[in-house]
Amino acid sequence: MDLHLTAAAASAEEQAAIDALLGEPESSWDGGARQIERDGRAVFGGGTARSRRHLLLPVLHAIQERIGWISPGALNYASVRLNVAPAEVHGVASFYGMFSLSPRPPVTAHVCDDIACMTRGAGALCAELEHKLGPAGSPSEGGQTIWQRSACLGLCERAPAALISAAGTTARERVVAPAATENLISTMQDAVNGRLPAEPDTLSTKLSVPQAGQAQLRLLRRAGQVDPSSIEDYLQRGGYEALRRSFELGAERVIQEVIDSKLLGRGGAAFPTGKKWEAVHLQRHLGYPHYVICNADESEPGTFKDRIVMEGDPFAVLEGMTIAGFAVGAQKGYVYVRGEYPLATERLNHAIRAARAQKLLGQDILGRGLRFDVELRRGAGAYICGEETALLNSIEGYRGEPRNKPPFPTQSGLFHLPTVVNNVETLINIPEIILGGGAAYARIGKGNSAGYRLFCVSGHVVRPGVYETPYGPTIRNVIDMAGGVGGTGRLQAVLLGGAAGSFVSPMELDTPLTFEGTRAIGATLGSGVVLLFDDSTDLQQVLLRIAAFFRDETCGQCVPCRVGSVRQEEVLQRLVRRQTIGSVAEERNTLQEIAQAMRDASICGLGQTASGAILSAMNRWSLFS
Amino acid sequence: MYVVDPRRTSSAQWADVWLGLDVGSDISLANAMGREIIVSGLANEAFIRHATSGFEAYRQCVEKYTLDRAERETGVPAEAIRQTAHAYAKAKSGQICWTLGITEHHNAVDNVVALINLALLTGHVGRYGSGVNPLRGQNNVQGGGDMGAIPDRLTGFQHLENPELRAKFERAWRAKIEPKRGWHLSAMFDAMERGELTLLYVLGENPVDSEADRHRAVKLLRGLKFMVVQDLFCTRTAEMADVVLPGSAGWCETEGTVTSSERRVQRVRAAVPLPHGAPDDIEIIYQLARRFGHEWGMPDAEAIWNEVRQLSPMHAGMSYRRLEELGGIQWPCYDETHPGEMYLHSRLWQEPLIGPRAPFHAVEFEPPVDELNEQYPMRLTTGRYLDSYNTGAQSQRFPSPLRRAATIDLSPEDGERYQVGEGEKVRISSRRGSIIAPVRFDSGLRPGLAFLSVHFHEQVATNDLTIDAVDPKSGTSEFKATAIRIEKYAEK
Repeated sequence: MDLHLTAAAASAEEQAAIDALLGEPESSWDGGARQIERDGRAVFGGGTARSRRHLLLPVLHAIQERIGWISPGALNYASVRLNVAPAEVHGVASFYGMFSLSPRPPVTAHVCDDIACMTRGAGALCAELEHKLGPAGSPSEGGQTIWQRSACLGLCERAPAALISAAGTTARERVVAPAATENLISTMQDAVNGRLPAEPDTLSTKLSVPQAGQAQLRLLRRAGQVDPSSIEDYLQRGGYEALRRSFELGAERVIQEVIDSKLLGRGGAAFPTGKKWEAVHLQRHLGYPHYVICNADESEPGTFKDRIVMEGDPFAVLEGMTIAGFAVGAQKGYVYVRGEYPLATERLNHAIRAARAQKLLGQDILGRGLRFDVELRRGAGAYICGEETALLNSIEGYRGEPRNKPPFPTQSGLFHLPTVVNNVETLINIPEIILGGGAAYARIGKGNSAGYRLFCVSGHVVRPGVYETPYGPTIRNVIDMAGGVGGTGRLQAVLLGGAAGSFVSPMELDTPLTFEGTRAIGATLGSGVVLLFDDSTDLQQVLLRIAAFFRDETCGQCVPCRVGSVRQEEVLQRLVRRQTIGSVAEERNTLQEIAQAMRDASICGLGQTASGAILSAMNRWSLFS
Repeated sequence: MYVVDPRRTSSAQWADVWLGLDVGSDISLANAMGREIIVSGLANEAFIRHATSGFEAYRQCVEKYTLDRAERETGVPAEAIRQTAHAYAKAKSGQICWTLGITEHHNAVDNVVALINLALLTGHVGRYGSGVNPLRGQNNVQGGGDMGAIPDRLTGFQHLENPELRAKFERAWRAKIEPKRGWHLSAMFDAMERGELTLLYVLGENPVDSEADRHRAVKLLRGLKFMVVQDLFCTRTAEMADVVLPGSAGWCETEGTVTSSERRVQRVRAAVPLPHGAPDDIEIIYQLARRFGHEWGMPDAEAIWNEVRQLSPMHAGMSYRRLEELGGIQWPCYDETHPGEMYLHSRLWQEPLIGPRAPFHAVEFEPPVDELNEQYPMRLTTGRYLDSYNTGAQSQRFPSPLRRAATIDLSPEDGERYQVGEGEKVRISSRRGSIIAPVRFDSGLRPGLAFLSVHFHEQVATNDLTIDAVDPKSGTSEFKATAIRIEKYAEK
């Protein structure tokens, strides 16, 4: 062998964590004890080991959850078990924010200090924690706990938010939101003492869906109203009627209805969903497997709608995926859930088991001969994995770096086979379209913005939460829906579309929240973020946080983004500290140039949008003069 | 992918199936696979009838190689051999690729023939995705042979002893060509020993470090009357030379072509200027010609290439312009409308068959020459590391994070048996010499099997141990199989 493992060996506990996932080793060549007499002459099964590369991310999760960090010995063992070169295993492990490759206490508190939480006292919370527990990132006395600052945890309607993870034989996670110093410290202590409850969150979906129970709701009609763990509840409220209807219509008609509905993807890119499905469906005659992926890696700062849907109405996600599978001829679906969403993960996993038990997933769905099953994969703290091709690489066990497009996933997706990738919100629109008809759906909304939309309203607003409305209302309407401006009551700015979106000023509140409306003012709808900042907010700090976010989350694959995101933050730092190189105008020019390079030469949306919000703010307000 | 290798290498680890045979037992394995394919009714009888000859003699020869016999001779379990044979025979397409593990043996050509027999037996030849394929260690090994650097061939594999072909070259070159084949490398050393070869012109080789039984090689080189070495670096061979001509780096300092393992001729272009005082290799040869009284004019790579095209029919259609346009062309390419051929021997499938039948050659298993016995109980095999190339003339001039010190690699079990730990030194002795090397454990080795690389001759002179038993057909020495003894070495 030319490539060698370091001498580090996995501990018995690390081995057990990996073996629990992969099964016992079959020979000394895949991690078993050396038996040269038996294994030295012929070995079969190398291909099988290689084909399990896609289990690398689950294996790393297993180690992290059991031990609290991933040691070189554990990496070596993972490398041998999966027949992946040690450098590659290290490359993947070091890619994800949730994995620690240096010793870390078993109990970690991830405390959000991102833009939405900033409006709700995250700064003060972190300052207090520093005072009581010491600086972020350094273990407590006794080495049992550590707290870290975190990017947006997707809990913006309950800001400030924190997520506690406790490693061990039964790993536990616990959401603390809203978080205060006392409940955070006492929950950490509970975690150390093994007293964390099995349920990761105390959430009542009703609180996050202020409209809950209102008769006009379609996408949110069940969230907060049904028991999300009960498939019976779901069935009683119209669940799986759309799947039955799909069987009656047949795959081609289903796709036609989706095309007619003018449904555009809700993840941010707004690609026509029906076109994607049709592209994959048309490759059925080629005879190789197709895949359906639900992109639930919701990581855009300020975005939390998909989380609430998965937590409150998980079967709707599965039904949407199953209809997609039926339409495009896929037998396997993956739902890729953001790593920071423990409750959504648990609810979906439960829903998958329940659906299988009711023959709503599996070999013969509803006795109609349809084969379709869903597997849940957890992300591990990488914003970029929300980019669909990065997500594909992540599932396959590679670093979550975006691929060059074309080919698009519909041609060459998961395992380089035709794949439909749809966002959670997109998929829960499908049953509406199937039951009401595509043409009728297309008439809802305004212009080319057809159908219903979820908005994530947070920040300085009276009733933060996820709101549903047909396309059409203005920014002002949505703010009113949420009870008006909170904080000082005097609005300074609204961020649309999250960190990758753009700021708008109070003068622009009559802009309709449609694709056309936002485009007209040079903004974007993105993932439906409406984040309010009152006049007490220091926008300079908000911009710095956004710049830090992109610097942290760039995957580093393309130079413009890897370098540009760092340079952008540096310029902003200089502007904030009034230590400019040359005049303020020159620094602004530098920012423009960096933005241009990133827009022109990054292969994915991360680099292309990393400057959008910052420039939109600088164009609207004279922030640094 | 099936990997057959005495050691469990990185490739073996990646493969679907690994067969860890004993060094030098390849023919037994191949013949047993052949027998198994025949007795299981998996031979491609239609192809055999249509396009091959000598099948009956082959069948009778391999009849003796039962799976049990092969298990005894190779060490590989009979069942694994059976499965491999069936998988190969039933595959829609199958290739056999090999490198020096097949060819650095005293019966190298027989080893290759045994593999070709399998391809003929199953019809895995002359079709897309099938075939037999010797993988090359450098970008232009294939090109060297194609251009005539073979004792009995002129450019384009045209036989030197064929008067008609020779006459064509003589007309073009306006010179007489010796009508008799020359010596291959091993034969040259024998000729030195007999005093028949006294002058040597070495281009880009380092025989002082690369020849088997190095003591003998150095002695013979020393006995030469005159030696010229043309090389990029002052190798140990160059140090012994009477004249050293500084050469140029073919891949970045000169214009011309190279030919890869898949027979693809490609253009190379000078990317950097030559260092001061180092002429282009062509220039050196032109100057030599001038001193010998032949004025060839100005050296020009394209003009030389066009001469190749004029004399070698399989290169005829490859103008520089086409090579550039098509990104290289695979020979044969007979004229400027010919696209080149992706694979060879498709004629074997044509009805009716055109040209000669492809012959089976029955070959018998013969163990390595250097026998194991009580005094030399271990089998040493040699090879290369990923980051190094042969004697290191090129590769050891830059650092590599992968490179480690020269070691003798042993199985952990042998470490225990000889009571040595990693890093401790052992004396390694063969019937020809004895060297000292530190030990490294490689779990990819079995007890009784040791490994030395050929790269670090200054620290560990591997070829002090190896045997110069030569395959008379190819001229290659049996670098892959040496009988050795290991003793713990205590430094005084």
